Parts: sequence; structure tokens; C-alpha cells
Amino acid sequence: MTTAIALIPFWPLLGFLINILFGKRLRSASAYLAIGMLALSFLTSVAVFTRFVGDPASVLVPLFSWMSVGALNVEVNFLVDQLTVVMLLVVTGVGTLIHVYSVGYMHGDERYSRFFAYMNLFAAMMLVLVLADNYVVMFVGWECVGLCSYLLIGFWFERPFGSGTTNDAARKAFIVNRVGDFGFLLGVFLIWTAVGGVSFQQTSSAVESGYVTPGVATIATLLLFIGATGKSAQIPLYVWLPDAMAGPTPVSALIHAATMVTAGVYMVARSHFLFDIAPFSQNVVLWVGALTALFAASMGVQENDIKKILAYSTISQLGYMFMGVGAGAYAAGVFHLMTHAFFKALLFLGAGAVIHALHGEQDITRMGGLRNRMPLVHGTFLIGALALAGFPLTAGFFSKDSVLAGVYAHGDFAVWCIGVLTAGVTAFYTFRLYFLVFSGSSRDEKGRDLHAPASSMTSILLILAILSLVGGYVELPFHILAAFSAFLSPVVGMSSHEGIPELALMTVVFLFVLGGIGVSWAWYGRREQDATALAAEPANPFLRTLRRKWYVDEIYEVLLIRPIRWTSRTVLWRVIDEWIIHGFLVQFCGGYLWKAIGFVVSFSHTGRVGSYAFGIVVGVLVIISLIAR
Amino acid sequence: MALSTLILLPVIAALILGFLPESRKELVRNVALVFALMVFAYSVGMYFQFDPSTPRLQFVENRSWIDAIGARYHLGVDGVSIFLVLLTTLLTPIAILASYAAIGERVRMFNAMLLLLEAGTLGVFLAQDLVLFYVFWEVMLVPMYFIIGIWGNSERLKATFVFVLYTMAGSVLMLVAIVALAIVNAQNVAAALSAPGAYMGYVSFDISSIRTELLTGTQQIWLFAAFFLAFAIKVPLFPLHTWLPLAHTEAPTAGSVILAGVLLKTGGYAIIRFCLGLFPEAAVVYAPYINTLAVVGIVYGALVSLVQEDLKRLVAYSSVSHMGFILLGVFSFTQEGMTGGIVQMVNHGISTGGLFLCVGMLYERSHTRKLEELGGTATAMPLFAGLFLVITLSSAALPGLNGFVGEFLALAGAFSNKATRWFSVVGATGMILAAAYLLWMFQQAMYTTKPGVWVKRTWGDLTVREVLVLLPIVLSAVGIGVYPAPLLKPIAASSQLVLQRMNLRPNGPIHAIPSGVDDLATTSPDLPEASR
Repeated sequence: MTTAIALIPFWPLLGFLINILFGKRLRSASAYLAIGMLALSFLTSVAVFTRFVGDPASVLVPLFSWMSVGALNVEVNFLVDQLTVVMLLVVTGVGTLIHVYSVGYMHGDERYSRFFAYMNLFAAMMLVLVLADNYVVMFVGWECVGLCSYLLIGFWFERPFGSGTTNDAARKAFIVNRVGDFGFLLGVFLIWTAVGGVSFQQTSSAVESGYVTPGVATIATLLLFIGATGKSAQIPLYVWLPDAMAGPTPVSALIHAATMVTAGVYMVARSHFLFDIAPFSQNVVLWVGALTALFAASMGVQENDIKKILAYSTISQLGYMFMGVGAGAYAAGVFHLMTHAFFKALLFLGAGAVIHALHGEQDITRMGGLRNRMPLVHGTFLIGALALAGFPLTAGFFSKDSVLAGVYAHGDFAVWCIGVLTAGVTAFYTFRLYFLVFSGSSRDEKGRDLHAPASSMTSILLILAILSLVGGYVELPFHILAAFSAFLSPVVGMSSHEGIPELALMTVVFLFVLGGIGVSWAWYGRREQDATALAAEPANPFLRTLRRKWYVDEIYEVLLIRPIRWTSRTVLWRVIDEWIIHGFLVQFCGGYLWKAIGFVVSFSHTGRVGSYAFGIVVGVLVIISLIAR
Repeated sequence: MALSTLILLPVIAALILGFLPESRKELVRNVALVFALMVFAYSVGMYFQFDPSTPRLQFVENRSWIDAIGARYHLGVDGVSIFLVLLTTLLTPIAILASYAAIGERVRMFNAMLLLLEAGTLGVFLAQDLVLFYVFWEVMLVPMYFIIGIWGNSERLKATFVFVLYTMAGSVLMLVAIVALAIVNAQNVAAALSAPGAYMGYVSFDISSIRTELLTGTQQIWLFAAFFLAFAIKVPLFPLHTWLPLAHTEAPTAGSVILAGVLLKTGGYAIIRFCLGLFPEAAVVYAPYINTLAVVGIVYGALVSLVQEDLKRLVAYSSVSHMGFILLGVFSFTQEGMTGGIVQMVNHGISTGGLFLCVGMLYERSHTRKLEELGGTATAMPLFAGLFLVITLSSAALPGLNGFVGEFLALAGAFSNKATRWFSVVGATGMILAAAYLLWMFQQAMYTTKPGVWVKRTWGDLTVREVLVLLPIVLSAVGIGVYPAPLLKPIAASSQLVLQRMNLRPNGPIHAIPSGVDDLATTSPDLPEASR
């Protein structure tokens, strides 16, 4: 068992190494190699899962000592408990499906094997992140998935994207994540100094025995949460995720929807013992999640790029997950993480099929009428959209309901209201997207000659559609079934939903969802749309602000990036470095001193080196005579 | 004899090069390379005999040298220096191999200079006597002066002028301080043995004979300052860094590699060996100021890197930033921090040396270092792009590569000490900025195609020779990043010894140290035997 666990991240790592070294020679076999390796990890994960059905005890797999200096001892150990198992299944399961989908999607790309190499590397590092038994090894996975994200966002580095290139988007993603990682790193330092170790078990037992004061826990959790806002794209560091859509669509599905961006949620759930004694931090998580959910949803309302709408929905749904874990309903947050992985991967891959069919078109104002022409894609996409909107009996309904119930039970009525409102907005923009793409008739010439999706792609859509429908039936409301939270309870405990009016709450949410879909249908689904009218800048100033994404990128540019660049260039480099230090102190003062010495010494010596030697001797003699008295 | 052989081998090689005909360039290069590889192999063999469990000096050679002034020929290596020695012997053959195509004139002298530089640097890392150390310190300067001055770019004379101005200013001060220290120490020893008049008999330059505990606070303060200034210029510590961008932009690739990879490390090494080893109380007094400058250097160097237009200047300023982590780690006075600082020295040598190699390879094809004239290279040179990216990320301290180990430990150590905690917090922003300027650099050099400048690159990818140049760098970056234990063990042991000798608790905060330094000199007057 322990060897098998240790090999879970090893298989995709091996796939990466083979593909990066010999991928060109393998040609199409490189894809099968990558799929095979990740499938091996998936099968191992399933085996590990079956072990946990019978035996709830966690497994620790010691590997080797990484950094051991003084009081700091970082071991590379893997910890497998129920939370890990859920993440393992999501990462390897959805990951394998997306790898298979990519065979069709990336067919004919000139760096085909490179793509699968990076995807395998990502899977390996994500698995390290999930399996880590301490914060430092988790940080290794945490930063390395960021690297893979960088490599894959900029995979088509020759292509323009927005006003720059795909590599600009990739660079932005990495740097914004580094801002978050700054917080994560300091959080780890603080935990280490307070606990004397960095492993989760050491930290949790230090918390239990009272070594960690609530004050330290509060600061440490806030620092860790800064890391989470970077990786999981929350306010204020969400700005990289919409741009990350520059990468190939399977990348958006795997990394920027289903797995990597949920790492922050996982980390908070993993650190629940710290958050549990830091109610202030919990409230911060709760509120940041809620505000991000609503804020991101608002930006989805006026977006016209099919992938960016999904990106905003991802940010928004991640907000829900943070609402869950912030309210102490860890199981609910992780539950939503899992169902979201199914339906959001489905939506992205469906969007990929649409983009593929339309020869690269991503603008929904130029789509339309695909319902009858791509029936399978349409059907599966509709299921995904319903799940995202939280329509009853889909997977997204149960998990979102579970999160909102947790928030309500925690006593945060205001946050619950934001969550309900967001559910309505989500339903609206999701179905705006659905209607503009699938109903009516084609608004562009590209729609006349469709590029049919490969069967490998459509079969994956079907599997994910089924998961988006049935994936929620592991946790049902009204105390009917609590299999999921019961499974996780050895790790994060059980949160009680006693005494809340579940039916009433659910009805309110349902009405908002229905309202959102209804308005969407009235505005976009009922009649033919005009492409130019849709693409035109809205006259309403509020809608225009939404279209411009609340000008956040512009604000960051003006308030942060430009001042930093100006200070660096003008003040630090030109004035301080070149004028003051180098020009005045060194060349002027130093140079004149040099010349003065040279002038004096030149009476007896001619060469510079000679004068120096002379100066040295004189100086030494003077000093010796002074000291020796 | 092992250490003497190590220092002498490159000198002998340089002499042999002198007997080869200048016209047979390929032969000259090959002979130089073979000798440099022999030195490397010899040092590796030495490493395998090195006992990582003891923090003390090993392979010690100690014999009389200039009896008249009490200077001894004393060599030794410990955990602080062993990997700097290996770094030197690794980077020299790489630098020689990297210059096969770039250096076409006076090949004999160029390679001889590289080998002499190696000998001088090794001597600096190994010398355990102040006069011997000083000799090697100056020996090191001369070949570098010629490498920049003869094979440099258009403004090489200005660069050598500034380089010599800075380093000589420091050297002179250090020489004065060395002499002063020997005399003061002799006086102290004589006084302790109640023979104050006859102190000249106790003059010694051997480090082990300096009775640190007898130095008064004032003496320590002044001597520390003089030593530290010389070393801080070499590091370089802000604001003594402006020679570095100039020297780097004008130096040939091999010169930059050795300068950044090895020469800068002599400063950091000497600070640990001398400033901390000989003047611990002064070190504690100066620590807040040094840490301030270190952190300012981290942020300042990074910010200035962010706006550089010249590839080599960018890497040079990044060195200012990265070297700040070293001093921050060392002056945190924690075992973790000091170990991190020393590891960071090795790592900076690998990653920045590697960056300069990559810049050189790019320059040999494009003949420009201007970022705005580069770009679009990744398509034509995928192999180079891959290796360059690994080195860039190693410099950006990506976990799993070497850079992270050093910076993490240095910052963690500084964070664990309450007195340096906020320095660590500010220093950590350097990691954000490093990602910003390094990825910007990589994008501008490798990805972005600029309209009108270069439409399509037709350069060939790396040659076998170039792959052989970069491969050791990349492999060490990954190796140290994944499994740093072989480095950490001896370094941590010796760091602990340095801290113990400073009489500080290895992990404790420094505010436990008494603030009045003057009264410390009165302790431990037990001095039975004279120092030699």
C-alpha cells in the first residue's frame, strides 16, 4: 500500500520525463503514454479509496528527509486520509478524462508531445500538493503547479492574446500567484516558529495542546489565506484567471477549473485545526468568498468570450467553496469542489468542442444556433449549465445547497443572502451563454461549416455529463443521506445543520435560480439576437462598468504597476544608482581622490600600479606606527 | 598536501599553456580544459574523503612560511568552504568550455588567466592565515582585471577602472586592518601573560592564534568595519554595488560567469570566516545595519532589474538582489539562516553563472544584448529555451530547484529570530519581484516576436559543446533542489560551530547578547601558551 501511494505522483512524473526527452520520437504515442501514466495513478487512487471504506485510519508514507537544519526539519512524507482520497480521485479521475479529450483537441499541434509532457508534470505536482504531509512540501506542489500553469497558459506562445501575447497572460498568472505565495511562505514560517515543526500532524497536535495561541493562529491563517486568494483566484488576486484562458481549452478545464485553482480550498480544509481556533480568519475567508462569488458573477454578465464567462463562473464558484470552508462547513466546501470539478470540466470541454467546431471562434456574439447542429455537445452542455446554475437534482444543486445551508447554520445571514443573490446572477449569465451559443441561428459565417468533434472528445463529454447529474447523490438534504460528510468526518469533523428551515431556504434559492434563467430566456433566448447589438458597448453606465470588469486591471495598472516601474526606472536606477552613487560618490569623489593621490605620488613614481604599491606601503607603515605607539 | 596540490594544479596548467604555440588554439583550449577537469576531479575526490560529521577544518596543512612577521602557510577546509571550493572547480572548466567559440584572440593567455584566477580563488577559500589570505585575495584580482581589460567589450577600460578602484579601496583597508589586528592581538596576549613590553614576539597572522575574547569592544568595532568594507564591496552590498553592472556588461562570458559565480562568493565567505569568526560582538552590534542594507539590496536590486534593457545588466542587478539573501541569512545569527546563506552562495553561483552562460550563447548568435532586439528565439531553439528556462526558474527560487533551498532557509532563519523577523518579511518580497523580472527577461529574450526587428530566427539550436556547458548547471540545479542533504549536513555543522564560537545560542534570538560591548573583553584571560 505505501509503495503504491508513493508511486501515485511518480507515474505522471515518469510520463513527463519520457515525453520531454523523447516525445518527438514517440509522436502520437506520447499521448497514450501520458494517459496511461495518469490512469495508473487513478487506479491506484481507487484502490486506496476502497481501503478507506473499511478502515478510517490515515496512512503516513515516509520518503526522505529533504531539508534538515537546526530546528527546521522538512521531510518529504505523504499523508493519505479521507480528504486526500477525495482530492486524489478528483485530480486523477477528471485529469485522465481531460487527457483523453486532449488527444482529439490537440491533434496536429506541432508541440503535441510537449503538451502532454506538461499536462503530466502538472498532474504529478498537483498530486504532490495533495499528498504532502507538511506545509513546505505542499508549497513545493503549490508553486510547481503554478509553473505548469505558466507553461500551459503560454503554450501557444506565438499567438496574440488580447493586447499582448499568451505569454503575457502566463507571466501575469505566475507573478500574481507569487504575491499570494509570499503570504503562504510567511504563514509557514510563522507556523514553524510557533509549532517547532511544519507537518500537519505536528501543527494540529500543537494546537490541541495549546502551544499555538489564537493570535498566532489568526495571523498564520490570514497569511496562508493570502496564498489561497492567489492560487484560487479570490479578491484581490483573482485577476490572473480570466487571462489564463489564453491557454488551450483542456488546460482551462483541468488546471483553471477542476483542480489547481481548488488548491486554496483544499489547503484551508487541510488547515482546519488552525482556522477552527481563529474565528476572525474564518470570517475573513467567509466574506472574501462571498464577495468574490458575487463580484465575479457580476463580471460574467457582460462578458462575450465563452471561456472568460466560464472563468468568471469558476472564480465565483470558488467563492462558494470558501464560503463553505469559512463557515466551518468543510465537508460542504469540499463537496462543492468535487461537483464543480465535474460540471465545470464538462462546460469547458463543451466550450472547447464549440470553439473547435467553429475554427477557433470564442466570441459568443458570433455564435448561435448550435442546438440542432451539435446535438450531443448541446445536450451535455445544457446539463453542465443546469448544474452550474444549481438547478434542482443536478450535482451542483446539492453541493451549493449544502454550502448555503452550512453558511446559514453558522449564523451568517448576510453572507447567505449574498450567496442566494449570486445563485440568481449565476443562473442568468450561465443561460445567457447557453442561449447565445445554442439557440436561434448562426450569427457568423464560420458557423456554416462546422468542424465535427472527434469521438474521443464527445465520449468524455458524456461521462462528465453523467457525473454532473449523479455526482451529487452522495450527500442529500433533509438528513436523507450524508455519505460524503460522514466519509470526511474523521478529518474535518461533522458540521450540524440542526434547526434550520432547510425547505424554506432551498425554495428561496430555487426561486432565484428560476428567476435568473427566466430573465435570461426573456432577454436572450426568446428571439433572434443581433451580433452587432450584442457586441456593442452598453449605453447603461453600470453595464458598461461590468463589461470593463469594474476597471480592476486598469486600477492595478495605474496604482501599482506604473508607480513601481516609474520608481524603479527613474528614482532608483537613474537618480540613485547612476547619478548619486555611481556618478557622484564613485566617479566624482572617488575619481578625484584617485587623481589627487596619483598626482602626489607621481613625483616619485610614474605608473599607476606602482603608485598604488607605494601608497599601500606608506599607509601600512603609518598605521603600524600609530598602533604600536 | 591535498589542498596545496589543488591550488598548484591550475598554476602548473597555466605555466604549461605558456609553452604551447599560440597558433594551435584548439590544442591550447583542450589542454586548459583537461587540466581544469583534473582539478575538478581532484576536488571531487577530496569531497568524498571529507568527513561531513565534523565541523572543524580538514586536510589541514600548517607550516612556517614568513617567520619574520609570523605569517604561516596554513590551509584547511570545512563545511563553510568545501562547496565553494567545489563550485570554483566546477565553474572553471565550464567557463573554459564556454569560451571555445567566443575567445579567438590570445587564447593561451586567456585560458591561463582563468586558471590563475581559479588558483587565487581556491587560495582565498582555503587560507587560514591572514597574510596568506591577503596574498590570494590580491592574486585573484589581477587575472580578473586582465580578463575584463583585454577581452572585454567596448567600454572595458572604464569598467576595469571602476572595478580596480572599488576593490583596491577595500583591499587597502583590509591590509591595514590585518596588520593592526596582528599587533593588537599580540599586545593583548602579551598583556594577558603579564609581559606587555615584549609583544612583538607574539605577532601572528594565523587565524587560530587570534584571541578574539581578548579584543576590546572598540578594537572589534574598528577592525570589523575595515574588514567588512573590503568584503561588502565584493559581495556586493548596497550601496557598494555599482561596479558590478559595469564589470558584467563589459566582461566576456567566461569572465561574467566566474565573477558572478565565484568571485562574489569570496566576499560572503570572508565575512563569515573573519568578520563573524574574529569580531563576534562587533558583528552583533552591526547586524541591524547590515541587515537593513541587505534587505534594501534585495528589494532595490530586484526593482532596478525590473527596468533594465540590457540582458547582462539585468542579471547583474539580480545578483545584487540575490546576494542580499546571503547576508540576511548570515546576520540572522541562526543556524538555519547561516546555512541558508551559505547554500545560497553555492546556488547563486550555479544559477547566475548559468544565466550568464545562456546570455553568452544568445549573444554569440544575435550580437546584441538589448532586450528589445531579442525575442522569438524559442521556436528556433527549443532545447536552449528549455535549459534556459530551468536556469531562470532556479534563479527565481522555484521549489524543487536549488535556489529555493537557500532562500527558504535564509528567510526562515531570519524569521525565527525576533530581531530579524521584519527583515525577513521585507526580504521575502524579493521572491515576488524575482519572478517578475526573470520571467520578463525570459519572455523578452525567448518568446516575444517584435515586429520589424526580427521576423524569423534561423539560428541553430545548441551545439554539443554548448549542451555540455549547460548540462552540469542544470543537473546541479535539479540535484540540489531535490536532495540538498549532502550539502546541508556539513554546512549546518560548520554554521553551528561559527555560532557557538560567537557565543550565541544557535537558534536563539540575539537580544540575549549584552548591549555593552566593552566589558566583554575582560572575560576568559586564561592564556597558558603563546600562540606559536
